Amino acid sequence: MNFPDQLKYTKDHEWIMVDGNIATVGITDFAQGELGDIVYVDITSAGETLSAETVFGTVEAVKTVSDLFMPVSGKVVEVNPHLESNPESVNKDPYGNGWMIKIEISNAPELEHLLSSAAYQQLVGA
Amino acid sequence: MEAATDLKHIALSDIHVKLGAKMVPFAGYLMPVSYEGINAEHETVRNRIGVFDVSHMGEFILKGEHAMELIQRLTSNDVAKLVDGKVQYSCIPNEDGGIVDDLLVYRIDDKSYMLVVNASNIDKDWNWFVSRNTKGVEMHNISDKTSLLAVQGPLAAAALQPLTSMDLLNMEYYTFAKGDFAGCENVLVSATGYTGAGGFEIYVENKDAEKVWNAVFEAGKDHGIKPIGLGARDTLRLEMGFCLYGNDIDDTTSPIEAGLGWITKFTKDFTNSSALKLQKETGVSRKLVGFEMMDRGIPRHDYLIQDATGNTIGKVTSGTQSPSLQKAIGMGYVTAEFAKEGSEIFIPVRDKAIKAKVVKLPFYKK
Repeated sequence: MNFPDQLKYTKDHEWIMVDGNIATVGITDFAQGELGDIVYVDITSAGETLSAETVFGTVEAVKTVSDLFMPVSGKVVEVNPHLESNPESVNKDPYGNGWMIKIEISNAPELEHLLSSAAYQQLVGA
Repeated sequence: MEAATDLKHIALSDIHVKLGAKMVPFAGYLMPVSYEGINAEHETVRNRIGVFDVSHMGEFILKGEHAMELIQRLTSNDVAKLVDGKVQYSCIPNEDGGIVDDLLVYRIDDKSYMLVVNASNIDKDWNWFVSRNTKGVEMHNISDKTSLLAVQGPLAAAALQPLTSMDLLNMEYYTFAKGDFAGCENVLVSATGYTGAGGFEIYVENKDAEKVWNAVFEAGKDHGIKPIGLGARDTLRLEMGFCLYGNDIDDTTSPIEAGLGWITKFTKDFTNSSALKLQKETGVSRKLVGFEMMDRGIPRHDYLIQDATGNTIGKVTSGTQSPSLQKAIGMGYVTAEFAKEGSEIFIPVRDKAIKAKVVKLPFYKK
């Protein structure tokens, strides 16, 4: 399993990549493996401003369904349009084509509470 | 969550771990749920050949003068219709209108039968039979020493035939034979399964399980054989509309409601048969149906089913994204007026009621 050092992680298995005040969010390699084949990514929060740890969408795998949580507070400014017809990208490339949303960060100090790659790996026992 | 230490291990546990299986607790056993992924495994079984280790299933042997009579009295299908070497799907009705378990009945000869039951119900079924065994039928619970490999898929017969002198190529659906297999004696092979893909179920003693597993994979190598987990077993059975005990049928659902009238024979007496007969004659108020989602959304166990105005008319018992059909399918109980093919029903998925249509089972047709 792969957990890039330049990303931050949540205990709910999202990753976030920060670029100025915009951040890209997806789910981790561990999460996609646990969920199994992903068949539908349901994100209806585009344009909404959500606080940290609230639900921004849902991911449906063959066997199970799981909520997606905001790593930090912000406005959802973009949803990955590619996932509509290629939900399996989340399995194949969780940190690349499988990204889920872009957010405009509204409370940057919250980033300090997120996990480093090493801390996240310890959490999932990788 | 079940504690890992309380879980039973099947004989080939280590082999599955080595093959990269994700092992999960299921019915008190640590079982392989997937290897390379449910969709790929599903496709392997539909189109080629795959092997499930379903050794968690329970097996009872019933022997003696009154064995048939006991099975006849406790199961819904007509055991008298069986001949040696034939298998029958049946269920064990309880006294309150529900189902204790569904099972397969194998007639070895007129005085010996094998019952194959669900892992989660082994103790319940055993006690049910023991407490009603008034005429001294000899009973053996061989579950813990028996391994069961389901080799399923259209290439199964061709791949396995070289391993045995039993005639697999001409073995009819729901029949079985006992003989040599992969150099082991006394192996029972039946043309049964839970996938709708064709193939065989192989019952072996635990001590022979590894040898048979290895021989099956060697024989299937050129056919693209792969190990398959319980995840794909569930999507395959659901595409066929096969009931899963604990989901679609349980202690509170009647065989008539569940569409199992075809294995409920009123030509004989059995547990609760007069009440079930009355249900069949006068009709039931709810029925198990299959449905397809018309809009995007996947039905899951215990989701509500509603009518167009939002009244609750039932509950989902099984649901998934069908790998073969590439659409979301499910089964559930609805009030009788919505059970007709083509009926429009709605499944609330998160904040939205998604339209679905009642369809005929099976979902998947070859």
